[in-house]
Amino acid sequence: MFGDDIVMLSRMQFGLTALYHFLFVPLTLGMTFILGIMESVYVMTGKEVYKDMVKFWGKLFGINFAMGVTTGLTLEFQFGTNWAYYSHYVGDIFGPLLAAEGWMAFFLESTFVGLFFFGWDRLSRVQHLTVTWLLAVGTSLSALWILIANGWMQYPVGAEFNYETLRMEMTSFADVFFNPVAQVKFVHTVAAGYVTGSMFVLGISSWYLLNKRDIGFARRSFSIASAFGLASILSVIVLGDESGYTSGETQKMKLAAIEAEWDTHPAPAGFTVFGLPDQDNQKTDMALKIPYVLGLIATRSIDEDVKGLKDLREDSVVRIESGMVAYDNLQKLRAGDNSLSVKQHFAEHKADLGYGLLLKKYTDKVIDADAATIQKAANDTIPKVAPLFWTFRIMVACGFIMLFIFAMTFYYCATRVADQKRWLLRMAVWCIPLPWIAAETGWFVAEVGRQPWTISGVLPTHMSVSSLSAGQLWFSIGGFALFYTILLIIEMYLMLKYVRLGPSSLHTGRYCLEQQPA
Amino acid sequence: MFDYETIRLIWWVFIGVVGIAFALTEGFDFGVGTLLPFIGKTDVERRVIINTVGATWEGNQVWLVLLGGAIFAIWPAVYATLFSGLYAAMLLVLFSLFFRPAAFDYRSKIEDPRWRNSWDWSLFIGSSLPPVLLGVLVGNLILGLPFHFDQDLRSFYDGSFWGLLSPFALLCGVTGLLLTTFHGALFLKWRSEGVIHDRAVNTVNALGPMLLVALTLATLWVFLGIDRPEITQMAATDAPSNPLHKTVIAQGASWLQHFMTYPWMWLAPLTGFVGIGLAWLLGRGESRMGAFVLSSLGVVGVALTVGFGLFPFLLISSTAPGSSLTLWDGTSSHNTLLLGFWITIIFLPIVLLYTRFVYRVMWGSVTEAAVLKDSHTLY
Repeated sequence: MFGDDIVMLSRMQFGLTALYHFLFVPLTLGMTFILGIMESVYVMTGKEVYKDMVKFWGKLFGINFAMGVTTGLTLEFQFGTNWAYYSHYVGDIFGPLLAAEGWMAFFLESTFVGLFFFGWDRLSRVQHLTVTWLLAVGTSLSALWILIANGWMQYPVGAEFNYETLRMEMTSFADVFFNPVAQVKFVHTVAAGYVTGSMFVLGISSWYLLNKRDIGFARRSFSIASAFGLASILSVIVLGDESGYTSGETQKMKLAAIEAEWDTHPAPAGFTVFGLPDQDNQKTDMALKIPYVLGLIATRSIDEDVKGLKDLREDSVVRIESGMVAYDNLQKLRAGDNSLSVKQHFAEHKADLGYGLLLKKYTDKVIDADAATIQKAANDTIPKVAPLFWTFRIMVACGFIMLFIFAMTFYYCATRVADQKRWLLRMAVWCIPLPWIAAETGWFVAEVGRQPWTISGVLPTHMSVSSLSAGQLWFSIGGFALFYTILLIIEMYLMLKYVRLGPSSLHTGRYCLEQQPA
Repeated sequence: MFDYETIRLIWWVFIGVVGIAFALTEGFDFGVGTLLPFIGKTDVERRVIINTVGATWEGNQVWLVLLGGAIFAIWPAVYATLFSGLYAAMLLVLFSLFFRPAAFDYRSKIEDPRWRNSWDWSLFIGSSLPPVLLGVLVGNLILGLPFHFDQDLRSFYDGSFWGLLSPFALLCGVTGLLLTTFHGALFLKWRSEGVIHDRAVNTVNALGPMLLVALTLATLWVFLGIDRPEITQMAATDAPSNPLHKTVIAQGASWLQHFMTYPWMWLAPLTGFVGIGLAWLLGRGESRMGAFVLSSLGVVGVALTVGFGLFPFLLISSTAPGSSLTLWDGTSSHNTLLLGFWITIIFLPIVLLYTRFVYRVMWGSVTEAAVLKDSHTLY
């Protein structure tokens, strides 16, 4: 119903601004916890060096936090500006989750972040420590609510369509809150944030150790980061695997696309390590498979099938046909025909209404779709396989490389020889970007893998957009590109400047650059 | 617990409370930011000004975020129509807000005067443009916006960005800027000493009469020159939300008659004018906290006047009056309103308590000596 260009531009804008926002979020998630740990050690031991650590890493955190705040605001505006029909259609469920995030999380982190920076001389040690932990809890709570919201987009439970208001309405808050997809996503994502913070501190500390400067400061930061990082990366990987399992139950199409599984093979399914997915011919060339593994991940068994894309597509055809009946009866209800048979028919088919709406892309009336159109709409229900296949594997590879780094650094910290393992220190510096690559590819998999839906099975992406013109979208995309580029350059410049200065930027007189003649 | 009609009314009050909290707190932050390059002549003076709000502006801005989130949750159709309809205007608000976090946080991290001066002007833009734009927005809420819904309740905007800039709306924009700047000047006067304090007093002195004139003009304009639509027939106040089930005429009882029908509503404009008038009179003298409290009262009065005046409308459609949204037919479901009610009842007091704690810790004037002493930690 809307030009493909409006849908494409809206998706591009949302995708890019969300990915940009997520450059800053994971570091905030991780750094606040690491600051909390460092300050706890300071309060327990009373050693000044730990206070300096909180202050210095806190400066880097602050530079990053400002960008998180700036870019987070964009997302709240964007549901309304660019996804107006989505906002109307699911605001009843999605809106309260965002509002709850405001009440419980944004206020907490934003109110206490000021005290974190400016409260050192006005608060007792324990009070300041409490402030730091409240800041950390606030950031993680924020992730909780937004991931419940996102989890609902992937697996919409606890809500149903109301034909009188023409939108989805919440039927059970408990179902929405305890959505298994949301809970797994939450732990996976915050743990990924903790990994990001750890990798950041570990890499920069390694650089100081390689340059033999501020050794005591760097060594302590290094060991905290390696221990916290190891615990976090293990959580990420375990919960990532758990994500695979819940996807096997709730998001079969996404899972099959990630694995490029075109056909349903006899159980247990093998995991494709390498292959060249071919969307047009519905096959994967040169597939290299490890037997059993996918079956184990997705079904936790060796005798259940993992359904392939072709079979899932056939399921879509059935649901689209059922959705047409739902749509037909919805029109009758709306026209005022409240007879029992219409209501019954609608109730029977309303779970498939979203599949009927897929046809809106091809015919505004929906019910006049012919067999060929239904086939086209069914094809749309298969997401683009090759990008998902590859981004997923990049994410997993990053995760395992980081597992190796954290395991090694933790081991050498425990045996007190980490400083001498220069190869490992160098590797830690070069691998600083890995958690960001993993996080961005992870979101790409989660969101592109849900296509063609904004709300899985309920609302197609092409219906969700606002009634805008391409000119308006180019105006906003241009604005974002301009401001975000300038801000990123400034942020990186400041970040690198303060990393180079190191703890000397605190002007305590205790660190290396201050002891050289100016 | 509450029936649908009651909870709809409660939420109209709650969203009003959140909107007023935003206007009050971010209002003075905007004002301080607007005055920064003019009242602060030297770098230290400017740092003093920034640090009067440095530790608390971030928490204050959450009221804006919450206002957006609450409208999304409670009045989804309003959120959808307003943000997509006023696309360019909303993005300009957003883009101007981009300037603020970085300006606060990055400004004093590098000593170069050009760097600092650029950020000061960024903070000025980020603090003065939003009140103007939001003032224009309020003006257009009164005038009505050109939008309609189709049968699927998809909203379409039938106007342009330039259409928003009518003379009345521009007057509202100027009023918005005067209001936040006046309010901010009183805050700055309260929280500073010496030369900054004196310049803040001069600002209060100059802006007070201008603000009162602007408010008077806007009020008269509304009463004498703008049509008010009227609902002639609608579904029950506890019916499922569907804005298309009512009849609205474009020219109904006037705005003045609306206030005559509910005489208690006159309290709102009265509070607005008296609060700002007294804040001006006292603010010129010795009063610090007293004058600021009065100007806060004035801001509350102005906000209530707009809210009461629009009641029961949330968004008036100027081109398809029947598509107008009211607090009876533009809300979320009964369940969702109740859920939001409990979240608010639990968390509003908690948020207020710890916000009060933070303000108490940061209490007192900011001086040049304090800024120089903590030069490497303060903004």
